[in-house]
Amino acid sequence: MEIIAQRPKSLTDLQFTYCPGCTHGISHRLIAEAIEELGLRNNIMGVAPVGCSVFAYKFFNCDMAEAAHGRAPAVATGMKRARPDMHVFTYQGDGDLAAIGTAEFIHAANRGEKISIFFINNAIYGMTGGQMAPTTLPGMKTSTSPYGRDEKDIGYPIQACEIISSLKAPYFIERVSLLSPQDILKAKKVVNKAMLFNKENRGFTFVEFVSTCPTNWGLTPAKAQQWAKENMLKFFPIGNFRDKSMEGGE
Amino acid sequence: MGEKVLMKGNEAVAEAAIRAGCRHYFAYPITPQSELIEYMAKMMPKVNGTFLQAESEVAAINMVYGAAGCGKRVMTSSSSPGISLKMEGISYIAGANLPAVIVNVQRGGPGLGDIQPAQGDYFQATKGGGHGDYKLIVVAPSTVQEFADMADLAFDLADKYRNPVMILSDGLLGQMMEPVDFKPYKTEKEMEELDRQHFDWCMHPNQDEPNHHHHEINSLEIDPVVLEQHVIKLGQKYDRIVKNEIRFEEYKISEDNEYIIVAFGTAARIAKSAVDDLNENGINVGLFRPITLWPYPYDAVSKVITDKVKKVLVCELNLGQMVEDVKLGVNGKVPVEFLGKVGGMLFTPEEIMNKIKEI
Repeated sequence: MEIIAQRPKSLTDLQFTYCPGCTHGISHRLIAEAIEELGLRNNIMGVAPVGCSVFAYKFFNCDMAEAAHGRAPAVATGMKRARPDMHVFTYQGDGDLAAIGTAEFIHAANRGEKISIFFINNAIYGMTGGQMAPTTLPGMKTSTSPYGRDEKDIGYPIQACEIISSLKAPYFIERVSLLSPQDILKAKKVVNKAMLFNKENRGFTFVEFVSTCPTNWGLTPAKAQQWAKENMLKFFPIGNFRDKSMEGGE
Repeated sequence: MGEKVLMKGNEAVAEAAIRAGCRHYFAYPITPQSELIEYMAKMMPKVNGTFLQAESEVAAINMVYGAAGCGKRVMTSSSSPGISLKMEGISYIAGANLPAVIVNVQRGGPGLGDIQPAQGDYFQATKGGGHGDYKLIVVAPSTVQEFADMADLAFDLADKYRNPVMILSDGLLGQMMEPVDFKPYKTEKEMEELDRQHFDWCMHPNQDEPNHHHHEINSLEIDPVVLEQHVIKLGQKYDRIVKNEIRFEEYKISEDNEYIIVAFGTAARIAKSAVDDLNENGINVGLFRPITLWPYPYDAVSKVITDKVKKVLVCELNLGQMVEDVKLGVNGKVPVEFLGKVGGMLFTPEEIMNKIKEI
């Protein structure tokens, strides 16, 4: 029998702990496929965050560190500096990266640390049960913004790609969406590109995934995708923000 | 043995760390440990090591976590307020069974305090500071030479037990200059051996290697039964450390002592002069100096309390944080008095002498 699809070797055979319809599984797979396709499996290490993907260290089939909440870019920095011959990535959610770990994220980017950060933005704290995130949209109701996020009181969603685009060092910055099969195919190319630049030690690479959280949004997976397309993409437009490989003379 | 070099404590401990095989150092500037970070900035590139000035103490200790997870000898340093920030990471490092060395050049506290020498972080260092059931091995130098020697000791203990080790110094030892004798640099072969000893647990990706086991650097165990086993194992490790690693110095301790002074670090250094002067004046006083503050030498304290001892005096640059540990050792046999100085100030040998005469 011909095998036409199988789990990438860079994922373990453990069952994901994610809710039905959650996009974490897709982004895990895209990263694992990139590791396989670029032949990085024997020289890559990852850092898992705190959040829904806290068990990512069990899912990626490479040596992994579990970081304290928000500290993944610092942990990855220590790893990359200790083993410059190896390649390092972090996988972080919006609370982890854009709230408690803002300093670690921005400074790793500003140093041009030669790591990849994969950032899952679903505008909510999933694991703790649906609290407001730094990327929660204005008016969006969560368990800690029960009357809707009031931007006059708490500010607007943080736009991670836009923030680090003001820095000179990052090598590659792109926001992708996981909201349709077409978008996922496009996202795959972007993940591969970021990983390729990581493999070539070119510099700091960052991919933001506009994602969904059907459980905590209180929507079916299909409706969550529709809602995200209509609302999330306005604040978080997909596209490339930086690709130094396209700039002459780098 | 080479020639002695006149050096500040902060520089001496940095140089000794490099000689002990430390090639990764992450820290954030703070007074009074500035000479340490500056020395590392200057010297690490010369030995192909990593010097990185982090964006915060929080980031620095997490960089230490990452590098330690790769099996490298790694160090960070700070002073009291910065050490508070590192406590989160220290708990994770302990929870993940990682070796690392942390230098605390203590200053006055609490809060921002001041930048003068103090010993106010005794509780933080020895009783927790971070969350959860963990123990830091804590060693306290009282001379610049000992400060330097402790870098080597700290890395060896950290590796031996896969546990963080803190060198608890202070602004006086960090800033003062004394002649130091350094051990030779580790050879390339010794450095390779250091790498090899961590190979069975650290992150070193090569998934296709035969018998490769997926290595996780982690302190999370979501299943209470599994976490229970993990913490019990940590406890057993701490028991082994208590059994094997207690260190202390006895100065003019004899069976004829009428008084015992207990002091560590800079306070012990001052107490030594007082002990000399008191003995010259016909008052028989001995000094007991704990070198490991955790594990604490309770039994050794107990042993120096002979029938002749009338009183014990604890001298510290804080409000008496070590007193309760001394009392545990003395176990009610004689009264335990206290002389302290806070605010980043030092007592003089005369003040200690007067206190002994008073009690």
